[in-house]
Amino acid sequence: MTADGDMEMEEGAMSREEEKIVEEETLDPLFAQEVAREPGGEGIRACFACGTCTAGCPVRRFNEKFNPRRVIRMVLLGMRDEVLRDPFVWMCATCFTCQERCPQGVRISDLMRALKNMALRRGNLPEGIVVQSKLLSEKGTLYPLDEFDNKKRQKAGLPPLEQGEKSLAPLMEELLEALGPKDGKD
Amino acid sequence: MNKRYALFLGCTIPARARSYEMSVRALASRLGIELVDLDDFTCCGFPMAAAHYWVSQALAARNLTIAEKRGLDICTLCSSCTSSLTEASHFLEERPHEKREINQRLAKVGMEYRGPVKVKHFVRILWEEIGVEGLRENVVRPLKGLRLAAHYGCHFLKPSEVYGGFDSVEDPKVIDELIRVAGADPVDYSLKKQCCGGSVLVADERTALAIAADKLSELKALDVDAVVVVCPFCGVMFDSQQKKMEKTFEQTYEIPVLYLTQVLGLAMGMGEKELGFSMHAVKVKALLERLGEGGEAKG
Repeated sequence: MTADGDMEMEEGAMSREEEKIVEEETLDPLFAQEVAREPGGEGIRACFACGTCTAGCPVRRFNEKFNPRRVIRMVLLGMRDEVLRDPFVWMCATCFTCQERCPQGVRISDLMRALKNMALRRGNLPEGIVVQSKLLSEKGTLYPLDEFDNKKRQKAGLPPLEQGEKSLAPLMEELLEALGPKDGKD
Repeated sequence: MNKRYALFLGCTIPARARSYEMSVRALASRLGIELVDLDDFTCCGFPMAAAHYWVSQALAARNLTIAEKRGLDICTLCSSCTSSLTEASHFLEERPHEKREINQRLAKVGMEYRGPVKVKHFVRILWEEIGVEGLRENVVRPLKGLRLAAHYGCHFLKPSEVYGGFDSVEDPKVIDELIRVAGADPVDYSLKKQCCGGSVLVADERTALAIAADKLSELKALDVDAVVVVCPFCGVMFDSQQKKMEKTFEQTYEIPVLYLTQVLGLAMGMGEKELGFSMHAVKVKALLERLGEGGEAKG
């Protein structure tokens, strides 16, 4: 079953309070281990939920959907689907404010990166990533310069930049594969 | 010390922040820092970290290897390029298993990284290798009376574990001090350390704009003359997106965005043309006129 794991429930049958209850049988006890094996996810178990990360998070100031302490709790509880299917992991700005301040030394920005990497492998990613990956694999830059750009550079007294073939595809194989058509497996 | 570096421009600067590049090249030439252009550099890998860790590390290491082949350390201008390349350089030394992993990947393009290659932001080179005194000697026109707000951004100083003690993350001073060297007044403000919001654009534009506008609102209230940045990501966010923020939040900011290198260039007597101010979205003219710079400042 895919996005709506609890289809047998009647729509609208839950009150707000009930929605917040985490059902034990939906938890995946192996999820935290899986995250800890991902590069950047290693130190997650050290979190004692003080909330220093959330207090300093610039994204959280403007959008309550993203809350680093909550994300970490969800991972430790084993809420695999909720974490990896929702777009909120992509909202982390990678500003490192939380990572610098965490009293437990959890690399929170790196952890969020790990969750994004895992979400991507399940097909949860912003469209912009697909576009960027394609550009880099073909051109090696996010802003390929054309002749017009080089004219503008010349006018500004800047040296022209080489526009040779700089395909990065051989270094990006696994990513391009993961972004390719899904065959239904995770 | 031989001040010779491979210049790493990254993706954004050549296309969208040419005034930054112009001011950097002008300053480097004035101060005797040799910046070598290498054609083979590509994206630093930063944008791919969210997608695939090993891919982003391989892209970063590929660039380090290109500089290594030429026997050069790297000078970066974009803070995100700085963190991506510095993290790669740092962790490839610290974690031999990652170096093995990355070299297996680089072998596909006929490369091998030995390391270490050092990576430094241009402003860090100014701070550490030219120094406050060396810079001050070159100031011919102190920017008296200009009130400038330093925006440090995120990756200029973070993650601090890879930057070897360069400035304090929680109480930074480098940009403020360099504004002072230029003869202007650095303005202290409460949101100084807040992110520009740029990296949130790809996931949620409104939240990204709200983060940037938050800072501009405070700076508007403090009536600063400009916000000063050291990263094209932050520059594009505050300058090119400012109109959109004004529309979205029904506010007027009209706060010019200057690269720190332009501020120093002005103080060293460089002209508007040399520093590329005409390319900025938020007009810098009024500010330049106050300094007696620019076409209409006649008396």
